[in-house]
Amino acid sequence: MPGPAGVVQMDKASYEQICRILGEKRSFLQGDVACAYGALLAGCDFFAGYPITPATETAETLARLMPRLGGAFVQMEDEIASIAAVIGASWAGSRSLTATSGPGFSLMQENIGYACMSETPCVIVNVQRSGPSTGQPTEPAQGDMMQTRWGSHGDYEIIALAPNSVQECLDMTLLAFNLAEEYRNPVVVLTDGEVGHMREKVILPEYDEIAFTARRQPTVAPADYLPFQSVDESLVPPMATFGTAYRTYVTGLTHKESGLPTTDDAVAHTRLITRLVEKITRHRVELTRVEEQFLDDAEVAVIVYGITSRVALNAVRTLRQQGVKAGYLRLIGIWPFPEEKVRQLGERVSRIIVPEMNLGQLVHRIRELVPDSCQVSALPSIGGRVHLPAEISSALMTDRKSPEPEGQHHV
Amino acid sequence: MRTEIQIAGFGGQGIVLAGVILGEAAILDGQNAVQTQSYGPESRGGAARSDIIISRTEIDYPKVLQADLLVALSQPAFDKYLSGAGEGTLVIVDRELVPSQKGAHLAISFSLMAENLGRRVVANSVMLGFITAVSGIVSSSAMEQSLSRNVPPKTVELNLRAFAEGWSAGKEHVDAWTCRGGANG
Repeated sequence: MPGPAGVVQMDKASYEQICRILGEKRSFLQGDVACAYGALLAGCDFFAGYPITPATETAETLARLMPRLGGAFVQMEDEIASIAAVIGASWAGSRSLTATSGPGFSLMQENIGYACMSETPCVIVNVQRSGPSTGQPTEPAQGDMMQTRWGSHGDYEIIALAPNSVQECLDMTLLAFNLAEEYRNPVVVLTDGEVGHMREKVILPEYDEIAFTARRQPTVAPADYLPFQSVDESLVPPMATFGTAYRTYVTGLTHKESGLPTTDDAVAHTRLITRLVEKITRHRVELTRVEEQFLDDAEVAVIVYGITSRVALNAVRTLRQQGVKAGYLRLIGIWPFPEEKVRQLGERVSRIIVPEMNLGQLVHRIRELVPDSCQVSALPSIGGRVHLPAEISSALMTDRKSPEPEGQHHV
Repeated sequence: MRTEIQIAGFGGQGIVLAGVILGEAAILDGQNAVQTQSYGPESRGGAARSDIIISRTEIDYPKVLQADLLVALSQPAFDKYLSGAGEGTLVIVDRELVPSQKGAHLAISFSLMAENLGRRVVANSVMLGFITAVSGIVSSSAMEQSLSRNVPPKTVELNLRAFAEGWSAGKEHVDAWTCRGGANG
């Protein structure tokens, strides 16, 4: 069993078996399928889900491949049951996953809160589609950025990653499993219908390139084990597996370090919730993942994520060819929010454009962080339409003293 | 250098699959490719579109800005996407399925050729053979390999025949242009 760091290497025989089942090292895959591949390479051995456009291909792929690797695939009656099964499987020692889209993600919110409260490692792939409600099933959107952060009630933290390519769907899903174990927390892979259904070249990572974060196991005797007691600076308690000599009581109620409920003790509640939040926020720097291009001398910049970043990079490259000092900051880790990177950029440029496939979500977080000298403008596109490069380049070119461009929703 | 291809028609014609086959062939050829799609909630009969970008270098924007090649396999698709075609766009339509074809450079009987082979559903393979010959974007060997992997095993042979038929028809067009000394026919 691993030491406190928890990082070991997957055994080579398992890696080779997974690769045999995945087939060729280089292939042309959909983003959803790449998420499934990433999960398998991360050692995922349990999936529970309910089919929904545009996320179904992840489930389809795992239904086909997982039994061949000894894992379990369960199609549940709905998304509430799916996330519940995923949480239970995790406590039984599995690396567990579900995949869904907006309507299903909404249904899962209560139990995502339960997973945060009970510190249950699990991964949720949310292939965002146009909403609210059932909205436009086949159209992509980025409408769940804030729901991911605040969708369940109460104070909690969550980790979310936003891939912008099919290769990153694989890489980020693999990473999500390791982060879930490292922080004992749910991790959301926040993709969208465009990336999920897009096909691109994917190269399977080599054995040496794959990190495998194993779950921290208790080192004390069963009688001394407190399943919610932080034992080191990470604030992440070791997690025993159900069915071993260690006993664990799991509840969504505010609980003591033993796991037993204590529902009217303000001190205990404050201590627990503060730890749940700080075990993530203390590691904000380690959890910051961004891509920076053309920022050194940038005068204006775009902050983007997901599919929209591909459009923005094209726009920024075109502007650079024309001699415009435009820069590009892509957020890969969305939550916890990469505050320092955004703050630094706001201090250096006069104008930031935030194109999102929603009517303005992360733009608010960005505005909070930058100084007044930096103007931040939303550039929304909804209805399933991915921005055009020209829309982003013209927004970057708009003089900050002139009024907002026509048709731009002011938020 | 980026090449943009747009294939449009209705659901059930294998529009998305045609894009997948083309994209995977580009990967087999050692190039980069991105395939995206747009379709309605219906599995048959609704509008369907497949965009394929092929490049030797990294592909940022994954969708078609102005197609180098537009293939329309239905009248509504032709009417909808012709306006997006530019001066450099080669526009190819199915001769029978797009009766009102003003603005198209080539009208080819993909569906009819497929029917003559015994099954109308392989019209997309005929079309792929044709555009492989006229565009030269991907090698025909990579296309054959990609086609074989992506169609149901029992139909591989028929699809390869359809591809070959389309390829020969395309080759004839190319030869005819070469004789006339240009590719603007």
